[in-house]
Amino acid sequence: MTEATPILETRALTMRFGGVVAVDNVDFSMAEGELRCLIGPNGAGKSTFFKCLTHQYKPSAGRVRFRGADITGSHTYQIARRGIGIKTQVPSVFNGLSVYENIWIAARRHHGRRAADRIVGEILERLVLGDLSGRVVGQLAHGERQRVEFGTVLTGEPELVLLDEPTAGMTHEEVHQTTALIREINRTTSLIVVEHDMQFIKAIAKRVTVFHQGAILVEDTMENLERNQQVRDIYLGKQHTA
Amino acid sequence: MTPPLGRRLKSWEARGTALVGLTMLVLLLAGPHIFDLFTLFKVTLFVSMAILALSMGFIWGYGGILCFGQSAFYGLGAYTYAIAVGNIGESTAPFLLAIAVPAAFAALLGYFMFYGRLSDVYLAVVTLAVTLILYNFMRSTAGEEYVIGAQRLMGFNGISSIQPINWPGDGKALLFPDDIFYLAMGCLILCYFGLKLLLKSHFGRVAVAIRENELRAELLGYDVRLHKLRTFTIGGAMAGLAGCLGVNFNSFVNPDVFALNFAAEIIMWTLIGGLGTLVGPMIGCIGLLMLKFEIGQQQITNTYLIFGGIIMVFVLLVPAGLLPTARHLAERWLPFAGHRLAGGERPGEAMR
Repeated sequence: MTEATPILETRALTMRFGGVVAVDNVDFSMAEGELRCLIGPNGAGKSTFFKCLTHQYKPSAGRVRFRGADITGSHTYQIARRGIGIKTQVPSVFNGLSVYENIWIAARRHHGRRAADRIVGEILERLVLGDLSGRVVGQLAHGERQRVEFGTVLTGEPELVLLDEPTAGMTHEEVHQTTALIREINRTTSLIVVEHDMQFIKAIAKRVTVFHQGAILVEDTMENLERNQQVRDIYLGKQHTA
Repeated sequence: MTPPLGRRLKSWEARGTALVGLTMLVLLLAGPHIFDLFTLFKVTLFVSMAILALSMGFIWGYGGILCFGQSAFYGLGAYTYAIAVGNIGESTAPFLLAIAVPAAFAALLGYFMFYGRLSDVYLAVVTLAVTLILYNFMRSTAGEEYVIGAQRLMGFNGISSIQPINWPGDGKALLFPDDIFYLAMGCLILCYFGLKLLLKSHFGRVAVAIRENELRAELLGYDVRLHKLRTFTIGGAMAGLAGCLGVNFNSFVNPDVFALNFAAEIIMWTLIGGLGTLVGPMIGCIGLLMLKFEIGQQQITNTYLIFGGIIMVFVLLVPAGLLPTARHLAERWLPFAGHRLAGGERPGEAMR
């Protein structure tokens, strides 16, 4: 029996900024349909890792494979067209446009005019954005803008969704809704979620990868990681000794 | 499912477009009957320049591309027409070439700028440098060796006695001044409504989205470089058309069409009229040109001293430009224009 091709795989992925190694020789792999959480202290390289995956940064070394195809040299828009969607840490939306228009632009990339209109309606309803549809996104609260960005990402029906701190700035109620939404998305889509909110991670995580100083420290279930002294040490700032 | 508010605004916007269209139509039909010959020449120039202003309003206001050298495409259009008509003697092909050559040049320049990922400030500097290179080059073509076919380039003296546009296919049936006015006005109407339609299309909306957030557009799968290149090329073609019509104002073109003064004026038209609108740059253009003519006639003071003062006043007191400010005031004080949202902004402002 042959092993299924991972949906995403990196080999020795490295990103250097001058003398700083933000992503250090990362070998990462995840299976189709998986929901993987990435955790680690600030500056561990999680967001940079995402940027390398989507070619916002050109990796200094290493390869990225999506469904077995090498996408290391692909442009950001080509990676998006292959089916990788990303919600960035700071909401990346069209601030001068309305909520409706933000999602329409995303929908129209994949569908005709009529289908796009229909899909926008569905997404607005799914993300409880209907009441805000005419509002200019730049005027919305941070959590609302997060939801709008979620909407633009989901509209493209990506096969792999990268979520960089999806609950940052959200109210308790919104976090609850986002948890349910992520579980729902994961029924059909693979996800990698970067988060600092441990309660949120516990609620969604199946397998967790811990980043530390640009490299993968450990991969395990959340239960086991909670008992892992190395992980406790890096989160509490204690000097880790091997 | 378009939001009800959006629909109301759409109708408000439609009313504005209808008013502009009606004004243009009235001017088109009545122009030659109400203006004397000298005024008609002037108005034809204003209309040609309004097309140039529209091109700048489109690429900068909607595409987010600050081109400091839009004058380069205007000048290329003007020179292409002059050289081609001087050789061919019939204006149909030169007219089309005056659009195609600047468009091709914009596409070539844009390819290196956008695919080279040049950022906004550098793009402005490069485009300015291009127009100044053309300015210096054209000024140095006075020698007899600078000739294309039968047409000498004539250096800083410029090319004069350029044959006006004729009826298509008949080089002897030259257009009269009122015909050229009709042609220029028709082109302006076509360009304005063409851009309106373009901005309503998927392409236009994506162009605006790219202006708002290039990274997000790319993360959604749009090839930002290609979109910007297309926007820039359309702007180049329109500026070339304006140049061709502008040449017909006085049958003359010289290297000043590439000069820094003119390049800066186009920026001023757009800033004063209002960035992010199509009508604003046209208003700014016509207003400043009228002022320039007045100052030029009276010979009391330097035109660019006055223009410098005006731009300072606008930057400090009316930074949004005339049209957006007027719209804002109307929404605030006129009850029938009260479609304002809580924050004073409209959804999709950038898309109209």
